[in-house]
Amino acid sequence: MNTHDKNDNRRKFLKNVFTAGAGALAVGTSTLLAQVNEPQKTTKPVKEKIKVLTTDGTVIEVDKPDNNCKINPCTPQKGIEARKGIPGRSFVMVIDLARCKNARKCIEGCQKGHDLLPDQELMKVYLMKDNPESEPYWFPKNCFHCDNPPCVKVCPVGATFKRTDNVVLVDADRCIGCKFCVSACPYSARIFNWADKESYASNSPDYSPETQTPSQHSVVSKCDFCPDRAREGKLPYCASSCPMGAIYFGDKNEDAVTNGEETLRFKQLIKERVGYRYLEELGTDPNVYYLPATNRMFPYERGLSDLSEEKKDILLKSISK
Amino acid sequence: MNPNFEVKELLEQNRYFIEKPSKQWILKVVILAIILGIGLYALVLQVIKGHTITGMRDNVVWGVYIVNFVFILGLSYAGALLAGIFHLGRVEWAKPLQRILKLITVFALIIGPFYILLCLGRPERLLNLFIYPRIQSPIIWDVTAIVTDLIFCIVYMYFTYIKDFAMLRDITENSEIYTWRNKMYKFLAFGYQDIPEQRKLLNQALDIMAAIIIPTTIIAYSLLAWLFGMNLKVGWHSSIFGPFFVLSAVYSGVALLILIMWIYRKKQKLEKVFTDNHFLYLGFSLLVLSLFYGYFYFSDYITDWYNMQKTYTLLWEKYFDFSQYGFPFVISIFLVAFLPSIVIGIPWFRSVNSIALTAVLSLVGLWMMRYLMIVPVLETPYLPIQDIRENWVHYSATWIEWSLTIAGIALFALFFVFVGKLAPIIPISEMLEKEEPEKLDSYDSKDPNLVTST
Repeated sequence: MNTHDKNDNRRKFLKNVFTAGAGALAVGTSTLLAQVNEPQKTTKPVKEKIKVLTTDGTVIEVDKPDNNCKINPCTPQKGIEARKGIPGRSFVMVIDLARCKNARKCIEGCQKGHDLLPDQELMKVYLMKDNPESEPYWFPKNCFHCDNPPCVKVCPVGATFKRTDNVVLVDADRCIGCKFCVSACPYSARIFNWADKESYASNSPDYSPETQTPSQHSVVSKCDFCPDRAREGKLPYCASSCPMGAIYFGDKNEDAVTNGEETLRFKQLIKERVGYRYLEELGTDPNVYYLPATNRMFPYERGLSDLSEEKKDILLKSISK
Repeated sequence: MNPNFEVKELLEQNRYFIEKPSKQWILKVVILAIILGIGLYALVLQVIKGHTITGMRDNVVWGVYIVNFVFILGLSYAGALLAGIFHLGRVEWAKPLQRILKLITVFALIIGPFYILLCLGRPERLLNLFIYPRIQSPIIWDVTAIVTDLIFCIVYMYFTYIKDFAMLRDITENSEIYTWRNKMYKFLAFGYQDIPEQRKLLNQALDIMAAIIIPTTIIAYSLLAWLFGMNLKVGWHSSIFGPFFVLSAVYSGVALLILIMWIYRKKQKLEKVFTDNHFLYLGFSLLVLSLFYGYFYFSDYITDWYNMQKTYTLLWEKYFDFSQYGFPFVISIFLVAFLPSIVIGIPWFRSVNSIALTAVLSLVGLWMMRYLMIVPVLETPYLPIQDIRENWVHYSATWIEWSLTIAGIALFALFFVFVGKLAPIIPISEMLEKEEPEKLDSYDSKDPNLVTST
């Protein structure tokens, strides 16, 4: 009963919000139309200006972007535009293995953000052990957004593509679901939308490869580095939901990565902490770096405590091989 | 070899094709159609419910479908390759086999690609392959190869039918029973009257087609092998894959040829056409190919095993673990690499029936080897699969996949049942042709001046 009431309340609230929103939209549209109808009126609102340094060293003044917008355009790009990449950016991720305790918050955050089913993981956390003597460690793994991506090579229709900002995306509108990319990826980074879901929609006008929503059935899906969040100046879902701040995201060109709490120099971080890339020898040139699990904050057993016996068995068996 | 056949005798032996459908024939068609129907039902289910009702999951993204695809295309390419080699090599004893080989080629080439379509999550977007093709993708190589090969093989097969169609047209001329057949043959014979010019042109065309077909099939099947070889996957990423695929294709093609020969020999009493010698020769080919197969497999295995690289070891452990792939592995290795040596190699076991049985078992073994080449490899990625969902870790095909597999075999059989009613299963007019001595130094007879001047 209680939950019912709550639900009802929420519905009422949502209804009110929507009516208010629709009203505002109507007013907004009418004013916009009025403006279109009278182009002579050139009383532009004075925008706040900010000074920026260009690449050739001159200072110019540009309009200060709206509210949260850090990169123009601020909305997730669609179609051909989504293939271009954000100019001047070179996204990179650094994962500090010493901080990961298998809280699985990155997975949950990502699933919520990308409207995934509970068993669909674009970010996975493995239990790894490098050699018989070393201590096991938790290994969060998303797509590595390789500079030499095997998945992009094998795609027969160009549904998956590499952008100038390092991001490798899937255009679900074009994907034929052959799954060649899934088998070609040496990092098992790709998933296929097997089970049916209510929110699946094909060729929805709202679909953007940058958000991968609304998702579609029987196509391939993968970690997208959340370029839509970068446009708003936010961290990817995984990085922002990690309670340990283990996931740093940033821009190689700016030489800065951040986990939301601290911002570090990317090159210095990799140099000092001896950052590495997983399976470097395959020549795929990943853009996700790992910091070795030295001086770790938790023993790895901490991550096992919340797991089911079955899962625990599988993990421990897997590292004993 | 090359017994001097008479037209009458051959046609008498092959009367079945022109007779009215017997009850047995209709029964055959009905049974095959039912099996096909079950497959179509499974197909409809898969289209409606999506791939979730198959056994495929994120690790094993392709299962029995791709095994069938590889296997059936192998049969096709082998049929074309053997037909081309036998034709250009003027192998007299192989003349009666030509039609079966070409039928295998074309039917398999029609059925095989269906299985890759079944692997597609969104088959309705197939046209994207032609709208946005990317030439660096092995799938585009494959599509190109299959389409090219299909066109060449159909043309080649049709060329070899022309002489027979002309002969059948002449036989059914003025017959009151076969009026529609006569019209059909008249159309299909394309005005061929067997005058020397026509014959010369047709023979030249056949030679050219055979010469084109041989490299085409080798290239096409290597491209298919590279669909796997180009993956950065332990167990696939091997330079031996191209030649190995071609070899196993020829092996499976010879085995299927023996099987089909045996069926026709038993059913239609074609002992005079498909003689003991045919079984013996093809049996020995099977034996040699099986030894080659064993050699290729061993050489691939020993290089993987010797250095004990970690992921390779994980993969090979699965083949030798009897709780995983141990039994299928041992059985299929025995069937493809050792059984022909025993049954065909030792004279005491050797007979038409035993050779046919070996061929069937080799086919089964080769299919299993393809399965073992694909599924365990997909189950062994670089990163361990730490999943609690059993069907995510280990692939097992569902009834959907099996019924569609059997439907493919039924469709193949159905094609043969129908084509048997169109024209004889042996190229009669080709067999009747006498071998003409070919002249290499043709100029010295034509131009006497040239001879005297040199």
